Amino acid sequence: MSKISVSVVGASGFAGGELLRLLLFHPHVEIKQVTSERHYGKFVHKVHPNLRKICNLKFTGIGELEECDVLFLCLPHGEAQKQIDRFTSLAQRIIDLSGDFRLNDAQSYKRWYGHPHTRPELLSEFVYGIPELYRSKMSRARFVSSAGCNATATILALYPLYKEGIAQRNSTVTEVKVGSSEGGNKVSEASHHPIRHGCVRSFKPTGHRHLAEMEQELSFGESVTIHFSATSIEMVRGVLATSHVFLNRDLQEKDIWKIYRKYYGNEPFIRIVKERDGNYRYPEPKLVTGTNYCDIGFELDAQTGRLVVMSAIDNLMKGAAGQAVQAFNIMHGFAETTALEFPGLHPI
Amino acid sequence: MNQNVTCPVCDAVFEVAENVELNELLTCPDCGSELEVVNLKPLEVAEAPQEEEDWGE
Repeated sequence: MSKISVSVVGASGFAGGELLRLLLFHPHVEIKQVTSERHYGKFVHKVHPNLRKICNLKFTGIGELEECDVLFLCLPHGEAQKQIDRFTSLAQRIIDLSGDFRLNDAQSYKRWYGHPHTRPELLSEFVYGIPELYRSKMSRARFVSSAGCNATATILALYPLYKEGIAQRNSTVTEVKVGSSEGGNKVSEASHHPIRHGCVRSFKPTGHRHLAEMEQELSFGESVTIHFSATSIEMVRGVLATSHVFLNRDLQEKDIWKIYRKYYGNEPFIRIVKERDGNYRYPEPKLVTGTNYCDIGFELDAQTGRLVVMSAIDNLMKGAAGQAVQAFNIMHGFAETTALEFPGLHPI
Repeated sequence: MNQNVTCPVCDAVFEVAENVELNELLTCPDCGSELEVVNLKPLEVAEAPQEEEDWGE
């Protein structure tokens, strides 16, 4: 079988680096070009040192991109929509890791991203990138828009509950604890080590952009409100989303088990983690580091009807590059787990 | 012949060996709960008692 030629645009960022790490070991992929304006002409391993002696490519410029089968776009928000015509002329399939094509409603861009979308007519051509929700559409898609990391962790945790209609629609409160890599690889005064070290930083108590995706995917035709806050903690990678869901009927824990089993029992990358003993009774972000897993656990407070759902992912993997490669596999009819088999490390 | 039993914690149905014994401890393959065989005919299991830990409570 001939290999699929792939280029990665904006490959010097953290998500781009993870994408390269995965694609370099994908048996059906040949990486053709990787771009970075900032690191133009440098070897990839100068920026991603874990790829030393594995990847001998050099970064090229975005203007030098040639035709290929698939383009992965890892550009800052707003850039993909500006150049989308050029990208679609170069590749038959595109997987965009930015927020540019995640929302169905063009008006939402103005609200959540502060400016109107420049190519609203293309939004309907992109399939939202969570494979567990859109596997069938994805298998026929030309364009996929990978979901945001916090959105992925939250949506996967809540999707079965909202789909089954057992959650009060406007009461769910979700708090994520996230690693510093969510902020990307650009430095700022706030990321300077003496300032950042030891912080438990409430960086987005309200109004996080990923909320738009959560409400879009959990609404099922009716309005829904998720109360979402984000806190950055002393961790490089990872998301732990803790959602407080108020149920609209009396249920027992075994009912919740049944619901999650119904939706995720056959999912290769979702594990229900809920144990009464042991060192890791609920989802733990560090155990999914470098993997494409989303671990989900829960506990029901029978007194109040509050269901606490915890979900853990690696923001750069299931929340970005891993999810994108999973979509790539689905789009091409490969086994979904191809190049994503890494089970993580323990201890770590 | 192996027989099926339902986990009282998560409602998963799983297979148990034919020669399972009374008071034998089993582990649910789905939720990991430790279960004790409390009756053989019909086969019944109950959640096995476990030590609770105090994590600063």
